[in-house]
Amino acid sequence: MSPDAPLLELEGISKQFGPVQALDRVDFAVDAGEVVGLVGDNGAGKSTLVKAIAGINSPDSGTIRFEGKEVSIHRPQDAVALGIATVYQDLALCDNLDVVANLFLGREVHASGVGTVTRQLDEVTMEHQTAELLSNLAVTIPSLRSEVGTLSGGQRQQVAVARSLLGEPKVVMLDEPTAALGVPQTRQVLALIKRLKERGLGVVVISHNLADVFQVADRIFVLRLGRQSGDFRSTDVTEEHVVAAITGLGDGNNKQTEAPKAAPGEGTA
Amino acid sequence: MSTTPAPADPTTEESTEEKVGLDLRHQVRRIVQGDLASVRVVFGLALIWIIFQVQEPRFLSDQNLTNLMLQITAIGLISVGIVYVLLLGEIDLSVGAVSGLCAAIMTVLNVKHGWSPYLAIAAGVASGAAIGCAQGFLFSRFNVPSFVVTLAGLLAWQGALLQVLGQTGTINITDPKVVGLANIFYSKTVGWIMAIVVIVAYGLVAAWGFRNRVAAGLADSNPIPVIFRFIVVAVTTIVAVVIFNGDRGVPLAVLIFLAFVVGMEFVVKRTGFGRHVFAVGGSDEAARRAGIRVNGVRIAVFTIAGAMAAVGGIMAASRLLAVNQGSGGNELLLLAIAGPVIAGTSLFGGRGSVWTALLGALVIGSISNGMDLLSLSSAVKFMVTGGVLLLAVLVDAIAKQQRQTRGRA
Repeated sequence: MSPDAPLLELEGISKQFGPVQALDRVDFAVDAGEVVGLVGDNGAGKSTLVKAIAGINSPDSGTIRFEGKEVSIHRPQDAVALGIATVYQDLALCDNLDVVANLFLGREVHASGVGTVTRQLDEVTMEHQTAELLSNLAVTIPSLRSEVGTLSGGQRQQVAVARSLLGEPKVVMLDEPTAALGVPQTRQVLALIKRLKERGLGVVVISHNLADVFQVADRIFVLRLGRQSGDFRSTDVTEEHVVAAITGLGDGNNKQTEAPKAAPGEGTA
Repeated sequence: MSTTPAPADPTTEESTEEKVGLDLRHQVRRIVQGDLASVRVVFGLALIWIIFQVQEPRFLSDQNLTNLMLQITAIGLISVGIVYVLLLGEIDLSVGAVSGLCAAIMTVLNVKHGWSPYLAIAAGVASGAAIGCAQGFLFSRFNVPSFVVTLAGLLAWQGALLQVLGQTGTINITDPKVVGLANIFYSKTVGWIMAIVVIVAYGLVAAWGFRNRVAAGLADSNPIPVIFRFIVVAVTTIVAVVIFNGDRGVPLAVLIFLAFVVGMEFVVKRTGFGRHVFAVGGSDEAARRAGIRVNGVRIAVFTIAGAMAAVGGIMAASRLLAVNQGSGGNELLLLAIAGPVIAGTSLFGGRGSVWTALLGALVIGSISNGMDLLSLSSAVKFMVTGGVLLLAVLVDAIAKQQRQTRGRA
């Protein structure tokens, strides 16, 4: 519809699990070439929001617009078909398979010509595409034929992210991409996130680590008890502001013109 | 890699340079950890052969080696299916009973009902596939451990075998086509023609694959490893034909066995289905999330195991010239599972190769054959085989531990 509409836009998303209001009229958006850090305390609704976008739990109410058009996402396949890729914390890689096999798992390239008779895999093409993709992302893996189980945590994370890019998505959501990583590995992953942004992807990063979020995010979106309690440009605020919004202490210092739906009240849920 | 922390913000030049060094080191590690499994077994086999040869000079004679190959075909064929099941990280305890039952079905149809041998064999293999499919369905659909489903199968199919055989107890096989499976030997000339075909075909495939990889810029253009492998294959083929020709000629049974090994290895290593088998064996959750129909893969694998058990059972019946109430019984099942494990297919799933069916059967067959030649008792035979199996499983478990500690450090 409107040409300047955000790539992905959620409006008034609510989700209830029994008596628990997990999400309460949340508005969320991510634009192309933008990194949004999604932060909040445990149980604030970060995962619920991501799952709503990824099609794992559809929201009870609210609208989702993708590229300006209203869409409904009921199953994970719907999200993937739209171009929304999700990298979960446990990565879901097969340790016994090499990098190429993991990248193409479930969407292997089959040989053409004589190979079609035997349903043979086209390893050459797959390895070639893997090498190309990883070098575009400046990901360094010792050998594309090394088993993923022998890679470091950072390398595994990078493989998982690279894999999500094979489907040419427009939005990538990363769930705690730097959790359990060492300092140099965290730096690698953050650099990778910046390259995703350079490629014009919308990136949503869920993280507990505000230092990491501040390094990569253009905007920081804070959830508290299922409600939106802050939406900042990361250049405008300090960690203290964000912590205040996460904990509900202090004024939240919201720079957005439209005020949040509700001031962070005492936890009613 | 624990030893080489990658640069924090690598530029492309740095990364390519570093990649070369790491690549080499990685290849070495890969050989040490992975491919060494089969090299280890080949050395073990050589050791076993040397020991028996020293004790009994007839052991490495053309005649005895041909006999050895004939002795292992039935178990080896069953093991081919077991490799698939092991790759999933599952177990199929019913294959022994299924092999006996399917051989009996084939024989009864052929001998008592006058079916053509081809139809009867097809019916036997189809029964095995159907049984495997049913067991695979029960296992995957209801989440019953495969161990239990196939243990129930082991008992049930033994009963079915007795039922099929009826009052006779033993049925002799006279059909020349069925008997021929294990008793046809090709002439010397035919043997050499086959050797040439195999060597040329392998050479062409290897050269073609190498050229493709080099053309795509994926392999360094050093052809030595490819040539080395070609020489190994060529020499092995020639030696095998010399040995077979020194006895009665190349046996049809061994050709059938090798054809299944090569074919099933191709399926598991080169096709999408095979890739999915490895994926499910490595992490069924990751496979599921990648969109693989995990239960479909499981059912297919158990179907293959059932069908291969039937093929092995029919081969055993052809060699014995009969089926009886003991068909598929005794230690057949355990040896068919032990073989691939001894030769390096992991019990934990996700690691292995169909070649281990051949290698493992050779190890077990050699021990059994050699001890028979030395007229040792079954008691010693079983204990030695048990010891070898235990050793192999320990090596597998230690290798797994090492992978885990090294991989993540």
